[in-house]
Amino acid sequence: MSVAALFGEDMLLGRLVVGISRSPKAVVAAVVCVILLFAAVVGPYLVPQNPFDLAVLDIMDSKLPPGSESMDGLTYILGTDGQGRDMFSAMIYGLRTSLGVGVFSGIVALLVGTVLGLIAAYFGGRIDALIMRVVDLMLGFPTILVALMLLALLGQGLWKVIFALVLVQWATFARAVRSAALVEKNKDYIEAARTLGISTPRILLGHLLPNCLPPLIVIGMLQVANAISAEATLSFLGIGLPITEPSLGLLIANGYQLLMSGEYWISVYPGVLLLVLVFSINIVGDRLREVLNPRLGER
Amino acid sequence: MTVFVIRRFLQSIAVLCVTAIIVFIGIYAIGDPAEMLIAPDASQAERAQVVASLGLDKPLWEQFFTFAWNALHGDLGRSFVFNRPSISLIFERLPATLELTLVGLFIAIIIGIPLGLLSGLKPNTATDEVIMTGSIFGFSLPSFWQGMMLIMIFSVWLGWLPSTGRGQMGEFLGIHSSLFTLDGLKHLILPAINLSLFKLSLVIRLTRTGVRETLPLDFVKFARAKGLSENRIVFVHVFKNILIPLITVIGLELGSMLAFAVVTETIFAWPGIGKLLIDSIMRLDRPVVVAYLLVIVSLFIFINFVVDVLYSLVDPRVRLGDAS
Repeated sequence: MSVAALFGEDMLLGRLVVGISRSPKAVVAAVVCVILLFAAVVGPYLVPQNPFDLAVLDIMDSKLPPGSESMDGLTYILGTDGQGRDMFSAMIYGLRTSLGVGVFSGIVALLVGTVLGLIAAYFGGRIDALIMRVVDLMLGFPTILVALMLLALLGQGLWKVIFALVLVQWATFARAVRSAALVEKNKDYIEAARTLGISTPRILLGHLLPNCLPPLIVIGMLQVANAISAEATLSFLGIGLPITEPSLGLLIANGYQLLMSGEYWISVYPGVLLLVLVFSINIVGDRLREVLNPRLGER
Repeated sequence: MTVFVIRRFLQSIAVLCVTAIIVFIGIYAIGDPAEMLIAPDASQAERAQVVASLGLDKPLWEQFFTFAWNALHGDLGRSFVFNRPSISLIFERLPATLELTLVGLFIAIIIGIPLGLLSGLKPNTATDEVIMTGSIFGFSLPSFWQGMMLIMIFSVWLGWLPSTGRGQMGEFLGIHSSLFTLDGLKHLILPAINLSLFKLSLVIRLTRTGVRETLPLDFVKFARAKGLSENRIVFVHVFKNILIPLITVIGLELGSMLAFAVVTETIFAWPGIGKLLIDSIMRLDRPVVVAYLLVIVSLFIFINFVVDVLYSLVDPRVRLGDAS
């Protein structure tokens, strides 16, 4: 990548950090995001119990309220679920699954959408018309409906969920990149790059893309939050992730039946964690939108 | 106008065809249609009969025409579980879903517009900050968890409202609805709130943006210069202008609420098509799943069509812009 592009990114990064630091609300949210990300990455090595190791689970410990002690002296700070799993440990593992699926599908959708959006804007004409037709078709349907359709026909599974999430998200990125690139491509520096005989892929990725980054960052944040929510919803409905990959949504679903009999902690705490996660990502994303472009697609 | 409606109609038909093809591919090309559409406990003779009637022994394109032909005649297969045409199951439960969705939408509008106005008229104040942060909170609340918390608080702890089912229905002007009995209303409140919260946040943000964009316009300045009262400016002149985008989005969101009703109905055991879908997926009752998908997509495309036509009536710039 060229020096100019790196410099541009640096300035962008600077603007983002300064923008967040000016809003106390956004600072708190950003700190929470970092803590949760950290917990998702290293947390599973630090928690008191591996919730998938059947050897350490004791059915006698099932449905204990928060703060209870187990047979072997371990304190369950957030209680245990129906199988006697420590809720806190299960939540940290669930957080890793939820965040992993959300971030991964967000990144894939971003890549697919960006490439298609850049191609549409740069080449124009029929290619543009074709890509945008498909984008309009995709955006015309609500996320949850497309995901439901797909998973109802394909059945549940980790990669199927990721596929569904990418499918419903790429169009948003494609549209944003295209409109940003349409403005940029007529500017002199692109003309200059073309005159210098730089290859088309390099112009697209090295020169056009860095200048389309601001809307991408904002939409990327908001889409990751959406993806985490959508995955949790699908898993709750029983058509998302399989039991072997318990995300926060599945943990909540496990506690659903027990809620009626008063064992509230099994579904409340994973839900609070999910809410805090999605809420803080949204707050940071919303702040970034204000900083980078006050007029960018207010929802 | 006629040209616009006809062209928009043809577009809708095209989208419907594309969706039908996608659903067809999903059943026939990716999976094994015989396994999906024939009950697992069917006898050899029944199996052969279904294979013949669906033309599963014929080439793929011929199968598609059989599928499309049957679908156009309202024949979307028979439910394995209920042993009845799946389409009639869907239509039987559609009113419950529509009732829930419309009440939810009503709540979102009735509360969302005033809050959005308040926030937009007093930007960057504490009120605005609270309302806007609240709306992000509303976006972030996972719908299913929020519903469970409503049950926990209002049904389990306080015991005020029932947590499942639709309750007693009353009849008024030939329409059966839970809206007409106290018991029905009690059952409706929690699911309707659950379904409306997400859209409520959306309505607030849309209204706020509309107000913020309309206030600096010349006609507002002119109205002020003319000496009109602030109330008249806001409620007559500004309000009329923000209503146009609002109506469109609300219309489009109706379709998304119909889809989201799946979540609400599952939590509150509301006997609508969403619950039917999830139950059918769990019981591997695939003809019902296929029927649900085709009906909901048709409904969705129909709503989009109506909204677009209405929009072009309200705002002539749309159809003129589209024609050029």
